[in-house]
Amino acid sequence: MPDAPGLELIAQELTATAEGSVIDTYHHRGQACLIVNPERILDVLRWLRDTPGQEYGFLASLHGVDYLPASPRFGVIYELLCMARVERLRVRAALDDPADGALPEIPSCVEIFPTAQFQEREVYDFFGIAFRGHPDLRRILMPEDYVGWPQRRDFPIGGEPVIFTESERDVPRWFE
Amino acid sequence: MEVKREKLRALSPLDQPRSPEELRVRQLRARDLLRGHLEGQELEKHVEESVLPTRLERVLAWGRANSVFPATFGLACCAIEMMSIVSPRYDVARFGAENMRASPRQADMLILSGRVSIKMAPVVRRIYDQMLEPKWAIAMGACSSTGGMFANYAVVQGADKFMPVDVHVPGCPPRPEALIYGFNKLQHLIQGNPDPGWRRRYNAAGTEEWAKDAAGRGVRVTPDERSAYEAARELVGDAERRPDEELHA
Repeated sequence: MPDAPGLELIAQELTATAEGSVIDTYHHRGQACLIVNPERILDVLRWLRDTPGQEYGFLASLHGVDYLPASPRFGVIYELLCMARVERLRVRAALDDPADGALPEIPSCVEIFPTAQFQEREVYDFFGIAFRGHPDLRRILMPEDYVGWPQRRDFPIGGEPVIFTESERDVPRWFE
Repeated sequence: MEVKREKLRALSPLDQPRSPEELRVRQLRARDLLRGHLEGQELEKHVEESVLPTRLERVLAWGRANSVFPATFGLACCAIEMMSIVSPRYDVARFGAENMRASPRQADMLILSGRVSIKMAPVVRRIYDQMLEPKWAIAMGACSSTGGMFANYAVVQGADKFMPVDVHVPGCPPRPEALIYGFNKLQHLIQGNPDPGWRRRYNAAGTEEWAKDAAGRGVRVTPDERSAYEAARELVGDAERRPDEELHA
């Protein structure tokens, strides 16, 4: 786990290498996180994987988050692990929700970390985040003809209202 | 001593009697076989106590209810409880349903043991359609009956939205005794032999399976079956899938 100064060093070196890639950093409860520009995510991941002294060679997890009232609304989070030093680093790409109803887009990192293929499909399946350049971007867990992105915060929770006996007369023909 | 073959063969009821005396002997022997040495009132009482007149349909339903073959089909955690009903502790073999079949073609009861996700629902429905009539289904547990705790985007809110269910067993999960009790209720249902009418209820016309002869052609169907089939076809308004030659062969 890089400590807070180590995280700032990584951020500075990244800014020197790829201009404008790091937006922010935070270090909370011993966990280091880089907040990056989604358009530069491939540069960041490749630098973190290949630079001597960094060598975060293992993508432990890739997942999406919907921070609905906040802006930017979506986050794609990459949990990186350096197996040699057993250090973890979190990279978060902050994605805006396009206003016209299109899907938010981010470059796919399958060419850097092949394990991301299924995980990006899962994020696409549940959050509707389109990974540009993904070799096979389709739903992985939900049925292929499913409509909607069920883990988004504005997705209806589903199910059915439960009719208890005392409220039967308020719902006409509830039994149909 | 030499056994005379002809004399032994003459005892067979399949042979024609060779003389009126022999016929009379055989008649008396048959009467003794049937009623022993009882006469008059005693004979009436004996018949009353030991002979049970019934209808063929009732005997058939009795046999069906006591020899149900469940499909080996687990959906979720309820399947753990379902597995134990065949164990010696609960022993559903007492009611004749211990023989779990691995193929829906050989099964006539489907136990929906767990939540049915919307991705699994077409699979369950296909397995149900593949089972041969007469067939029954038990929805085991809260999830397959109503959706249970999974009131969300991924789970069907009650399996009877897409297939007919005869018995719902409540519980989360139901204990094996509860499942056996539900199965006993199903046995009563089978013995009552009601018209399921489920194709009409579930808009399921067109999922019938007709027996084929060796050449792959349809076999002759009774007028009742044919009219039921055509009524079901009319219900869905599906004219182009009608296999005319098979039906009117």
